Amino acid sequence: MAKKKSNTTGDGGPGLQRRQFLQAGLAGSALAAAGTFSAPKTAGAAGLEIPDWSRQLGASVDDAPYGKPSRHESGVVRRSVEWLTATRESSINFTPLYALDGFVTPNGICFERHHGGAADVDPVEHRLMIHGMVDRPLLFTMEDLLRLPRVSKFFFLECAANGGMEWRNAQLNGVQFTHGMIHCVQYTGVPLKLLLEEAGVSTKAKWLMVEGGDSAGMNRSVPIEKALDDCMVAFAMNGEKLRAEQGYPLRLVVPGFEGNMWVKWLRRIEVGDESWQAREETSKYTDLMPDGRARRFTWEMDCKSVITSPCPENPLTQKGPNVITGLAWSGRGTVKRVDVSLDGGKNWTEARLDGPVMPKCLTRFYLDGWEWDGNPLYMQSRAIDDTGYVQPQMTALQKVRGVNSIYHNNAIQTWHITKTGEVENVRLA
Amino acid sequence: MSVWLKGIAAALALTFVASGPLDAAERKYEGVGRTPTAEEIKSWDIDVRPDGQGAPVGHGTAGEGERVYLVKCASCHGEFGEGGGRYPVLIGGHGTLKDMRPEKTIGSYWPYASTVFDYIKRAMPFGDAQSLTDDETYALTAYLLFMNDVIEEDFAVTQDNIGTIEMPNQANFFMDPRPDAQPEGGTACMKDCKDKIEVIGRARVLDVTPETGGDTTEGAEAAPAEEKTEQVAAAETGDPVAGRSVFNKCKGCHVIDSPKNRVGPSLHGVFGRAAGGVDGFRYSKDFQKVGDAGLVWDAATLAGFLTDPKGYLGGVIGKEKANTRMAFGGLRKEEDVRDLIAYMKEASAE
Repeated sequence: MAKKKSNTTGDGGPGLQRRQFLQAGLAGSALAAAGTFSAPKTAGAAGLEIPDWSRQLGASVDDAPYGKPSRHESGVVRRSVEWLTATRESSINFTPLYALDGFVTPNGICFERHHGGAADVDPVEHRLMIHGMVDRPLLFTMEDLLRLPRVSKFFFLECAANGGMEWRNAQLNGVQFTHGMIHCVQYTGVPLKLLLEEAGVSTKAKWLMVEGGDSAGMNRSVPIEKALDDCMVAFAMNGEKLRAEQGYPLRLVVPGFEGNMWVKWLRRIEVGDESWQAREETSKYTDLMPDGRARRFTWEMDCKSVITSPCPENPLTQKGPNVITGLAWSGRGTVKRVDVSLDGGKNWTEARLDGPVMPKCLTRFYLDGWEWDGNPLYMQSRAIDDTGYVQPQMTALQKVRGVNSIYHNNAIQTWHITKTGEVENVRLA
Repeated sequence: MSVWLKGIAAALALTFVASGPLDAAERKYEGVGRTPTAEEIKSWDIDVRPDGQGAPVGHGTAGEGERVYLVKCASCHGEFGEGGGRYPVLIGGHGTLKDMRPEKTIGSYWPYASTVFDYIKRAMPFGDAQSLTDDETYALTAYLLFMNDVIEEDFAVTQDNIGTIEMPNQANFFMDPRPDAQPEGGTACMKDCKDKIEVIGRARVLDVTPETGGDTTEGAEAAPAEEKTEQVAAAETGDPVAGRSVFNKCKGCHVIDSPKNRVGPSLHGVFGRAAGGVDGFRYSKDFQKVGDAGLVWDAATLAGFLTDPKGYLGGVIGKEKANTRMAFGGLRKEEDVRDLIAYMKEASAE
């Protein structure tokens, strides 16, 4: 049934506010009026008005057996770029990073990448098979897997193509689109090492082929060292069972490695002595260099960061105190330091890392005490991990890799803050 | 020997002889999971490696492959593998890898022939995966390799030679040398790191960013419930929710909720429309004839068409089978037809 919009209904999130803000064509005085949240209505000198929700009963405990975000946040959704792919089933959407705080991504807005649509798998019928160069091939039901010791760990998952549209130049004007092929949740599952030990892996084994049960039969080769290190066969994310679009009932977790290897709807693991050279590790997910040769098995996601506010979706609306915050991560280890530049990379200041700082996990950072004087500026962030790796400028990346490698763009992002507080994605020489 | 032990023995026989010490450690969690039978493993074990390991018995030539290709693949990849929309280009692109716009095809880029078989077998045709026979898959592999000048036209690809075919670009792949692009001396500069700031690109100028408006859920909420109930009733016994799953077979080629043509024409507003009546869609000659004969889509005509597409249309124009482009062969279950039509009625409403 159509709901009558009350005059207290929000305008649907920061995106729309941004539009209104931009349309207002502002400077100076108008800045103060456009907040991220609208100011409460005032009743003049009489004081603050008492709103309806302070007088009337709210929703009952039975209204939302599975809760959703406030309707005022309905604009915080995954979005896709229609021109990017041929179909909506073999496609990708993006996490609304601009609207998030902390380092955990809520399950319903974790970006999706499917190659044949999100499979709707019956957990009762689902099986995981382990075979090949093992002493004992094994077939597990979901019920079986839930009888084995499990662990819970936070990891980020980033698509190798995150930022792939930005290689040649600044292209998409929003952090959701430039950096949104990433999410970070707490996974619960069985260590892959435990399952492989149960099957008894041959000493001659060097690779696994992992395969999904979707209509793309997604398959990748995983080196045995990684499989025996920190991989997990996960059935839960952020405390609840995996979402269908994230591989329900079972997905592989390959910490720090490109998202394509985290096979969803995991149904089969074959152990072997050579790689499989699947389509997704030859035709795709190989990085073409300027000399026409291509890097293969580019698994690790290099150290990277981005400022998520301000950003094109979160313009500055007021002079004076403002929050600068963002996310940093490294597939090779733990974020050690994040620097922020307010002058396009000439000078840098160390930011504060907030909350738990964990390996192969998103890390939230803040630049405290910043005040905007209303002048335009070029804002950047730069992350350094505990291997000493320094996030590079795009010019440094292009010098080595050219502009056709598609994958593994971890360059420093520049946001141009204009004098009206708008933020745009720009590329510096 | 107990039945259980026989099962284990059969499974062990399947693993490689050289798969290491059989006196490996005992299981720690005995009784969790079971040993799959040889048949169970075989039914799922579809992968093929570059050395040919896993290749099933079968064979196919380019000529055989072309026939399969035109029916099952050309609608997306183009009659000559040239791609369409953003569907992958399969053929050509030789010598373009250093270009501004490299074309990475099977012939110009893919390092191993086995990948062609492995991928087609597991994932193609898009939306009808694992429907091709092994011979059809060998034939398609042969056709695509022939069209890319990798093999001769009469060369039959088989389980014995798929691991020996050399691809032209194989030598041009190398192991990931990262980390790279690091600052001199390895440390990050903190002060006076560059002289001037020059902007060389602005995303807003390109203007290809989707709107990030907050009203995405408004439309769905606003649909009046009464109208919906009426539509469900009109579809008689079909279940539109079940029909939505049936539509998964169609949505690789057809859009239903907007007037956008894909490989197949949009189904938006299909009820009451004349067959072949979508503006701007290039129908086959036979489909045009069906439209000229006056066929209009409703629940009854759609039911006939969805059960046997080519046969039903053939009946309209006096042929045994109409020569139309839709590769889909028809729904086998009457229930699926009813559910699908119920769903289509809801989803296609303008």
